[in-house]
Amino acid sequence: MIFAAILAGGIGTRMGNVEKPKQFLLLGDKPILIHTIEKFYINNAFNEIIVLCPKQWISHTKDLISRYIDDSNCIKVIEGGNLRNDTIMNAIRYIEDNYELSEEDIIVTHDSVRPFITHRIIEENIKYAIDYGACDTVIPSSDTIIESKDGKFINSVPNRQNMYQGQTPQSFRILKLKELYNVLSNEEKELLTDAAKIFSSNDEQVFLVEGEVSNIKITYPHDLKVANSILKEK
Amino acid sequence: MMINTIYRLVSPKLFEETYDEVPDLKNQVIVRPTHLSICQADQRYYQGSRDPETLGEKLPMALIHEGIGKVVKDDTGTFKNNDIVAMIPNTPVENDEVIAENYLRSSKFRASGFDGFMQDYVVSTPERLVKLPKDINKEVASFTELVSVSVHAINRFSSISHKRKNRIGVWGDGNVGYITSLLLKLLYPKSEIVIFGVHDEKLSLFGFVDEVFKINEVPNNLCIDHAFECVGGIGSLSATEQIIDIINPEGTISLLGVSEYPIAINTRMILEKGLYFFGSSRSSRADFLETIQIFERHPRMISYLENIINNTIRIKDLKDINKAFEKDFNSNFGKTVLIWDK
Repeated sequence: MIFAAILAGGIGTRMGNVEKPKQFLLLGDKPILIHTIEKFYINNAFNEIIVLCPKQWISHTKDLISRYIDDSNCIKVIEGGNLRNDTIMNAIRYIEDNYELSEEDIIVTHDSVRPFITHRIIEENIKYAIDYGACDTVIPSSDTIIESKDGKFINSVPNRQNMYQGQTPQSFRILKLKELYNVLSNEEKELLTDAAKIFSSNDEQVFLVEGEVSNIKITYPHDLKVANSILKEK
Repeated sequence: MMINTIYRLVSPKLFEETYDEVPDLKNQVIVRPTHLSICQADQRYYQGSRDPETLGEKLPMALIHEGIGKVVKDDTGTFKNNDIVAMIPNTPVENDEVIAENYLRSSKFRASGFDGFMQDYVVSTPERLVKLPKDINKEVASFTELVSVSVHAINRFSSISHKRKNRIGVWGDGNVGYITSLLLKLLYPKSEIVIFGVHDEKLSLFGFVDEVFKINEVPNNLCIDHAFECVGGIGSLSATEQIIDIINPEGTISLLGVSEYPIAINTRMILEKGLYFFGSSRSSRADFLETIQIFERHPRMISYLENIINNTIRIKDLKDINKAFEKDFNSNFGKTVLIWDK
């Protein structure tokens, strides 16, 4: 079985002084979140799409989905967690409560604010999560990455050719992710903010899926302007 | 509803990713393109060999009007998910009881009047899609449209031409000439099919026809009952001249070759011989259905069509699209098939 988890847990503090979390802002005529869900909704590989959002926004999210998507039976809205991994674990808990899982079952986790995801990226995530157990969507880093531990001086300048920028989806075999996550100490859980990191720090292979420069994350007000203008360009 | 990524040609040799909001998926089918095929018409846009006014008016536009895909969602219930479908580029906006859909001036055509198939998803009405057998050779099926154009021309020929069809001549040793003569051999097994061309290496592929002639080595006493002109370009001039010269009276001449030039023709001889000239262009849904029936009934046809696939190129990014068009341009014969993985 294949599940999609749309992570809409963030409250968008980087989005400036807006009242709504950023995933509810309009891109074109519709909320960003709806655009993102649609990309998974039309892909019939998924048994169920789980949308995770802050508790106080669950009803609103449900309303939006039923307003914009005709047949929303395969879309479930549940509460996210405090951290990204808590949110993913909530999705897994929901899946386990409702399905009998086997080793091969996978979850494709995606940021709700990356609506420009393409068909190929989704397909490759499914394929490589099945083949390798875990995969992460990346693009080669166009900027040089600088490492600084104190924010004042450079510690190192890694070779740019080895550097990639992480996008989403990140996709995993569900039971494997759960197994690795459950043995982490609370300290490690705080540190391993990224689910792919849980795999790689356990010496598990994480395959790189080629992302797209256009698969942008709408984080800052500027990003929304960019997203709206690329959508309207003719 | 839904953001769709469209890969448009913005100026000759330059593709760009653009995003469109599909307004409504009601009564629509969403198709993921899987195999596309480059046509001469696409190549002319890509090379910028259309006149600047046309380019200015039509671009930006997604190219490619030959292609198949997989149904990913169908609001109409016509298809099942994962059905393989051929996509029909001609898109009529009205019905006419006399004029066929592909000749109505109001009809729109993919990669000519509006975006072609280079898209993340093609959103289509169900009647512009035709289901293909699951096990069909997908690379061949990618140019179902091109085959249907020949099927259409032969259907017109059948209804217009007189019954004596002892020898039918096909001018042009390119893809259209190949497909047309192949279909003629299949649909008129009693007729002698003769091909007239220029290039030895291309003509050597026409093993299924009854006779092969180079246009400058045609015997003096050779006659034909009917002709298909599949040359196009400036070559149409010498081809029609030769056809008029050797065709028997009251023969039909089907014109399939597209030319950018006005072609002078010997009207005196058309009058004297009482010839029928008629044009054939594009195809309709009915022609697609018939083409697929031919594929199913004649597996040999598929293997002959496999022979003209020259390049198969996997498209993962915009650079691959350029690579495919350059490769296609530099091949003097055969089809370039794109495995759409963008």
